[in-house]
Amino acid sequence: MDLFLDQFFNLDVMARALPFLLQGLWMTAKICAAVILLGLVGGFFLALGCLSPRRWLRWPAVVVTDFFRALPPLVLLIFVYSGLPFAGIQVSPFAAVVIAFFLNNSSYYGEVYRAGIESIPRGQWEAARSTGLTQAQTIGYVILPQAVRNVLPDLLSNTIEVVKLTSLASVVSLGELLYSANMARSLTYNASPIMLAALIYLVLLWPLVRLVSRFQRGLAA
Amino acid sequence: MSDRPMLEIAALQKRFGETEVLRDINLRVGQGELVFVIGPSGSGKSTMLRCCNRLEEPSGGAIMIDGRNICAGTTRDLNRMRLQVGMVFQGFNLYPHLSVLKNITLAQRKALKRDRAEAEAKAMEMLGRVGLAHKAQAWPAELSGGQQQRVAIARALALDPKVMLFDEPTSALDPELVGSVLKVMKDLRDEGMTMLVVSHEMGFAREAADRVVFMDGGVVVEEGTPEEVFGAPKTERARAFLSRVS
Repeated sequence: MDLFLDQFFNLDVMARALPFLLQGLWMTAKICAAVILLGLVGGFFLALGCLSPRRWLRWPAVVVTDFFRALPPLVLLIFVYSGLPFAGIQVSPFAAVVIAFFLNNSSYYGEVYRAGIESIPRGQWEAARSTGLTQAQTIGYVILPQAVRNVLPDLLSNTIEVVKLTSLASVVSLGELLYSANMARSLTYNASPIMLAALIYLVLLWPLVRLVSRFQRGLAA
Repeated sequence: MSDRPMLEIAALQKRFGETEVLRDINLRVGQGELVFVIGPSGSGKSTMLRCCNRLEEPSGGAIMIDGRNICAGTTRDLNRMRLQVGMVFQGFNLYPHLSVLKNITLAQRKALKRDRAEAEAKAMEMLGRVGLAHKAQAWPAELSGGQQQRVAIARALALDPKVMLFDEPTSALDPELVGSVLKVMKDLRDEGMTMLVVSHEMGFAREAADRVVFMDGGVVVEEGTPEEVFGAPKTERARAFLSRVS
């Protein structure tokens, strides 16, 4: 038992690893910020494409959405990081992570938006257009605010997935939270830094998960 | 009533794929006139109405608003045209995420580019006209169906339209709420608004309509004053329909 505590919950090791892990956390935060922001914007346009009556817009959008949802994000990341240099495009680990997860997440956000927009009755479009609002104004002022409200739990769920997804960035040696923890582990021959990283993820995400549950109950009531 | 009609529908056709919904509709609504459209469901009444602001795209023919063909022109022309044609829907279609006041100011501000003070003053004036000035800060969900429909009318009126289209405005209402909406429509008529109304409120048609148009199978079958159409329908189809509904 002492050995177990010493190996996994060694407070001394944790204390020494903490500054290092906080650096990793900062990197995780930067990846999350970039991927979530880009994903929310990209997903919005993908959703508009998927819902467009114009076939030349709809088809590519549907293909892109399906493709990046079907492709495992780790495969995509390795492809972007090690594949693109062969095409003459050098990317930093950070850029590779952001590009790969942006592509992956736009598709997921896109599907959420699409469900949200489709949940708004036709009459809302017609009322807006009949008062002379343009299509863009109709989407911006009438459809999107209602759509986002309807799918807020799903947007939030997806955002939680993004945070967890960033731990894959350790594969391309990007110093995010998990990578830093793993480095600390191999330096100290002790698993406590990993436990500390897990704890940090938990503390960050648990309130969000709780929030999603509350939203979902609220919507059901 | 001036010589040139405010709304003129000429040889209007509408097909959905193979189905011909409207064939050769001709209709003139003069300035300040209230024209009432009746007919069995599936006769094309609502489709015709929705063609008048191009929520449905006509397959053929022309629609003139105050002498201008709304079927010609660019997207910008279309948005400007829609400002001149107010529409009231069966399902009200208020924006549930906006207060009553914002429902009425949105298009004024974004489409007409009125400033906030002007748009709000106009909204309050219109709410007063439909008897709901005290509900400006309410949410649509807090209103009864009749109140929601009156807000929808105020929303359309706030854009100073030349023509108002009503698509079965009272069909979704509880019977005791119908009267309040009809009263607003009657006031509008008395103030000289040009109105085209699709509805099953025959009593209202008798009382308020200048002309009644009976549609069936995508054509105008009969047209006349309420006395003519309700009192002595000329065609067999109109007689059969009127005996069923009254």
